[in-house]
Amino acid sequence: MIITKDIYKSFDNTPVLKGISTIFEEGKTSLIIGQSGSGKTIMMKILLGLIKQDSGTVSFGDKISSDLDRKGQMQLRKEIGMVFQGSALFDSMTIEENIMFPIRMFSDESNEQMRHRANLALKRVNLTDVNSKVPSELSGGMQKRVAIARAIVMEPKYLFCDEPNSGLDPKTAVVIDNLIQEITKEYSITTVINTHDMNSVMEIGEKIIFLKQGIKQWEGSNQEIFKTENQSVVDFVYSSNLFKKIRASFF
Amino acid sequence: MKYLTNIGLYFMMLKKVFTKPEKWKVFKTVLIKEIEDLGVKSIGIVAFISLFMGGVVAIQTSLNLNNPLITSYLIGFATKRSMILEFAPTFISVILAGKVGSYIASSIGTMRITEQIDALEVMGINSLNYLVLPKIIAVLFFYPLLVMLAMTSGVFGGWLAAVLTGLFSSEQYITGIQLDFDITLIRYAIIKATIFAFIIATVPAYHGYHVKGGSLGVGRASTQSVVWTMVIIILLNYFLTQIILG
Repeated sequence: MIITKDIYKSFDNTPVLKGISTIFEEGKTSLIIGQSGSGKTIMMKILLGLIKQDSGTVSFGDKISSDLDRKGQMQLRKEIGMVFQGSALFDSMTIEENIMFPIRMFSDESNEQMRHRANLALKRVNLTDVNSKVPSELSGGMQKRVAIARAIVMEPKYLFCDEPNSGLDPKTAVVIDNLIQEITKEYSITTVINTHDMNSVMEIGEKIIFLKQGIKQWEGSNQEIFKTENQSVVDFVYSSNLFKKIRASFF
Repeated sequence: MKYLTNIGLYFMMLKKVFTKPEKWKVFKTVLIKEIEDLGVKSIGIVAFISLFMGGVVAIQTSLNLNNPLITSYLIGFATKRSMILEFAPTFISVILAGKVGSYIASSIGTMRITEQIDALEVMGINSLNYLVLPKIIAVLFFYPLLVMLAMTSGVFGGWLAAVLTGLFSSEQYITGIQLDFDITLIRYAIIKATIFAFIIATVPAYHGYHVKGGSLGVGRASTQSVVWTMVIIILLNYFLTQIILG
């Protein structure tokens, strides 16, 4: 579980996040949504510890991240998996080496053991016969799967995904969404996803946090978002005619 | 003010670079790869350029020595001194600033814009230590060897010019290169090469690591890094010469 309390962040006296408090629960996929510039990316970078908040706390379980010393911070990072928008696979390494990389850095396992774990992770994301390929030889969807495999190979407690469907076709996007949700349940991970994709919201949004101009405007589930009267959420989520019709038919 | 900020950030970067590697086994693997990429792959170009430069220096010295009172063995002596004092440590460093510096800046810059550096940081890895320290050690270890190679190739190039052009005799050239051999000058060249090597590894790494924007930003950082590395080498060359030989 991740708990944020009163997170504030400004850049050059321009407030970007204004008192964000929320809970990301274990075994659930939580989605942060909002327009471009709403503070989603900054929020995720603060959760990841890549940017320091001006005030407020982020707790991972019973550990407040800002109270941890460097060793504690490093230990916490090892419990985190991350899927980046552009996959962020190391292009100088093969797919197998990419997945083995965190194991190689943080364990003393033999090459054979590492290879076995990498293969299990690849199998979990339904990829085979790609071990010796380099990232540029794979499609966008396959690269995303490899990124997920690398993120889960160390069996993290927390999984962060930044726009996991960006640049993917709708069918592959659904496959990636479902894969993330299945893994979240299977390993009981606390998963936080930054997204613009309304299909993801409807498909896997067990908890949705809507940010607007740095303020948490609304939170609820994908079932509740159909019924919400919050005008900001309605304007954002049901901006297309298709979604307007879906909402109308729901009522 | 911007320059001061950059200098400050450069030294802050160095502080993060010089920490204990996360895992020595991985560090050794990366180091060997960097020695190959930054050092071994430069052997050909260094040998090629030095060979021809040595030849050119010998021919030009020969053509400019019109006075019959000046003996021809001074051609070998002048070629050797030029190669050891300036050409091998400085000229080769400027060439490597272009070849290796742009490679370092663009490879790290690309990792920055494709979030690969963020991925390392999220994993809990000190990205500067992981990416830059092996490069520094690789060049510090290998560049003095490249400079020795440049000296040898240059002097050999001068001898080849003697044989091929017939402007001066091979025997006189060999006598000239054996004349007044001073180990201090070799030491001076190696000290300079080691300091320049450090600049070649760290200045482009700084530019690459702080890239902003997309591929255009990487290109810009690569160019800036080469220009600044060359400027720093030329300035340091002057001060080092004054300090060591002055």
